[in-house]
Amino acid sequence: MNERPSLSPGTNLVAPPTVSDLELSCRLPLLVLFISAAVWFFIGSLCALLVSIKFHAPAFLAEPAWLTYGRLRPAGFDAFLYGGCLQAGLGVGIWLLADLGRTLAPRLALTWGAAFWNFAVTIGFLGVLAGDSTGFVGLEMPSYSAVPLFVGYVLLGVFSVLLFHRRRDPVAFPSQWLLLAALFWFPWIYSTAELLLVAYPVRGVAQAVIDWWYSNNLSVVWLTLAGFAAVFYMVARHARRPLHSHYLALMVFWLMLLFVSWAGIPNSAPVPVWMPTASTIATVLLVIPIIALALNVHGTLAGNYAVLRGNAPLQFVLFGVAAFVAANLMRVCGTLADSGQELHFTWFTVATRQLHAYGFFAMVMFGAVYEILPRIMGLAFPWPRLVRLHFGLAAAGIVLLVVPLGIAGVVQDFQLLNPSVPFLDISRTSLAFLRVSTIGDLLLAASQFLFLGNVLALVAQFYRVRTKAAYLLVTADLFKPAGAKV
Amino acid sequence: MKYGPLIFLAALLAMAGSWMGLVLVPQLQVGELVQTNTVPENATYPLARPGLASEGLQVYRANGCASCHTEQLGQTSTTCEVVLAAVGTNQSALLSALLKVKPELGEATAKTMLTELPQTVLVATNREDADAVAKDLGVGGAKARIRIVPQGPDLARGWGKRRTVAEDFLFDYPVMLGEVRIGPDLADVGTRRPDPNWHLRHLYAPQIEVKGSVMPPYRFLFETRRIDQAPSPDALSLPPQLAAKPGYEIVPRPAAKALVAYLASLRVDASLFVAPYSVATPAATNQPAASTNSAASASTNSPPK
Repeated sequence: MNERPSLSPGTNLVAPPTVSDLELSCRLPLLVLFISAAVWFFIGSLCALLVSIKFHAPAFLAEPAWLTYGRLRPAGFDAFLYGGCLQAGLGVGIWLLADLGRTLAPRLALTWGAAFWNFAVTIGFLGVLAGDSTGFVGLEMPSYSAVPLFVGYVLLGVFSVLLFHRRRDPVAFPSQWLLLAALFWFPWIYSTAELLLVAYPVRGVAQAVIDWWYSNNLSVVWLTLAGFAAVFYMVARHARRPLHSHYLALMVFWLMLLFVSWAGIPNSAPVPVWMPTASTIATVLLVIPIIALALNVHGTLAGNYAVLRGNAPLQFVLFGVAAFVAANLMRVCGTLADSGQELHFTWFTVATRQLHAYGFFAMVMFGAVYEILPRIMGLAFPWPRLVRLHFGLAAAGIVLLVVPLGIAGVVQDFQLLNPSVPFLDISRTSLAFLRVSTIGDLLLAASQFLFLGNVLALVAQFYRVRTKAAYLLVTADLFKPAGAKV
Repeated sequence: MKYGPLIFLAALLAMAGSWMGLVLVPQLQVGELVQTNTVPENATYPLARPGLASEGLQVYRANGCASCHTEQLGQTSTTCEVVLAAVGTNQSALLSALLKVKPELGEATAKTMLTELPQTVLVATNREDADAVAKDLGVGGAKARIRIVPQGPDLARGWGKRRTVAEDFLFDYPVMLGEVRIGPDLADVGTRRPDPNWHLRHLYAPQIEVKGSVMPPYRFLFETRRIDQAPSPDALSLPPQLAAKPGYEIVPRPAAKALVAYLASLRVDASLFVAPYSVATPAATNQPAASTNSAASASTNSPPK
C-alpha cells in the first residue's frame, strides 16, 4: 500500500476511502482471506448441489471418476469447511484481536499464511477429487496438503496470538479468550490427527476413534469457540453495551473445553462401551453451554431488539445463534433418542451437522464479513439490497435443507428399527425429502454466488473510487486553469 | 488480565484431558489389540485380507464408498435357544423332562420330536432359563446345547449374525466405518452376496440388479474393448440394452476386480469371545457333579475345544 500518501485525506477532490491505520493494516490479509473464503464457499455449495442432484438421477455426472458421489461430496464439504468456514473464521478472528486489542496486524506474515492455507486447500480439494482422499471423515484432504496447511496455519495462528499478546487494554473481552482457545485448539487436534492417522497410523479401530475425536473437536468445539467470539463482539457492538455476563461466557468456555471435547463417538461404534458412553454424557452436557450462550446473547440485546431492523450483519448473526441452539438441541435429543442405535446412521446426522456448520457458523461469518469489510475498505457495500437478498436466500436455503433432512432422518430411524421394511423402501421414502432439500441446496448455491458477488463488488467499488481519485489528482492541474478561464 | 496464565494453564489441561481420554487411552486399549481366537473353533482371527482385497480397500477409500455405506452392525441384546442334540440312553426320562419344559406339546408330538434331532426346544429366552432347561433335559446322557443368538434390528434385517467389534478391523488401513446408511450396511456383505459377478454387474449398472437403487454407476471401473480372438471369461453378461455393440465386450478393470475382492472379504462370521453367536455349549457342564449320569455324560461330551 505504498500509494497511501497520495490518497491522504488532505486531498479534497473526491472523498477517498478514509480508514484508520489499524483498519489499513488488516486490509490486505483480510481481503485475501475473505475473498478466498467466498470463493471456497461458492465451490463447496456448487459441489453440494451437484451431489444432491445425483440422488434424483444416479447416472448424473457419474462418468468421469473425479465427479463420482463419493469423491465430490467429501471434496465439497472440505472446501466448505477448510476453505470457507475455517478461513473466514481465522480472518474474523484476526480482525477481532486487532480491533479489541487496538494493535496493528502484521500484514505480510498474515497474507503469506493465507496464501499457504489456500494453496493447501486447493491441492487438498483436487487431491480428494483425484482419489487421494485419506478416507477419514473430516480429514479427507491428502497428506501432501497437510504440510502447507499447517505452515499457513502457523503463520496465521502465531501472528494472531501475537496480536493478542500486544493488546493495549490488559483486560480481555470474552471474545479474546474464546479466540485464543480456538487458536491453540486447532493445531493440537490437527497435528494429532495427521500424525496418528496419516503419518504414523495407529492400528485398527483406534483410527476411527481418533477420527471421531478430531471431527467433533473441529466441527463442534472449534466452530463454537470461533463462532461465538464473533457473535459476542457483534452483539455487544450493535447493542452499544457490554456483554451481558462475563461469567456466563467464561462458563461456556470451560464447558466446551472440558466436556464437549469428549463428544463424537456414536453408540454403535465397535469399541469398548465406555467410549460412546463418555461421548453421550459429554453431548448431553452440551445443554448447559446452549442455554448459557442463548441467555448471554439475549441479555445483551434485551429491550434493544430494534437494532436488528435493517441491520443485515446482525440479522445474519442472530440467525446463526438461533441455528446454533436448534442444531445442538438436535444433537442432544438425537443422542438421547438413539437407544435403538439407528438414528445416527440417518439423514438426521447430516441435518444436524449442516445446521451447525452452515446455519450457525457460516451465517455468523457472513454477518461478520459484512460488518468488517466496509470498515477496512472505508466504503459501504454498493448494493445493500443484494446483501439483504443474500440473507433471505441463505436463511431459506438452510431451512429448506435442514428441515426435510431432519424429518427424513426420524422417519428413516423408525424404518430401520423395523426389519420388515425393506431397505429399498427406506431409501425411496427418503427421496421425497431429498427433493425438497435439493431446492435448499440450490438456494444456498445462489446465496453463495451473491456473497462472492457482493464482496467482489465492494472491492471493485474501492478501486473505482481510488482510480477516480488518482485520476483527478493527476489531472487537477489540467482542469484548474480551464475552470479559471470560464 | 491477571488470571491470564492461569486460564492458559487450565485450558491446556482441558485439552490434555480430552486428548488422554479419547486418543491415548483408546490407543492403549484398542490400538494395542492383537489377533484373537474364535470360539469354539479356536481359529486365529482376524487374518489379514488377501492381497487383492487389500487393494480393493484402497479403491473403496479412493471412491468414497464410505460416504453411503457403513460397516458397523449394532446389537441390542442376545437371547438364548436350547437345542436338543442327542437323546442319550434314558428316553422316557428325557420325554418327561421335555414335557415338563413344554407341556403344550403333548406326548405324541414330543415323541416324534425326539426322533428328529437336533430340535430347538426353547427360543428367545435368557441365559439363566436356558441353563436350567438344558440341565433338566440332560438326563440319561441326552445332550442339550445352548445357542446364543444376538438380536437387533440390523441383524434381523439379515445384515449379519452378530455386532461388529474392534477385532474385525484389526488389519485395515484406513478403517472406514461409515456414518450414514444411504445404502445398506456392508460389514457382512461377503456372506450375504458371495457372487462376484453380481457385484460386477451391480457396480456397472446398479439398477439392473436392484430396481430403484440410488447408487451411481461406476462405469469408470470397466472398459469396453474389442473382442480379440475369443471373448474374455471376465466379460460382463448384461441385459441387451446395456450390452456392448457386437464385436465388443465390457470387462472389469483391475480396480473393479480388487473392489469386488474386498467386498467378498467383508464378513463378520467368526464367533468371538467378545461377541459370541450360535455357540453350542454342552449341557453337561451345567450338571451337578453328583448327578447319576455325570460320569457318562462327561465322557461323551467333549469340553469346548
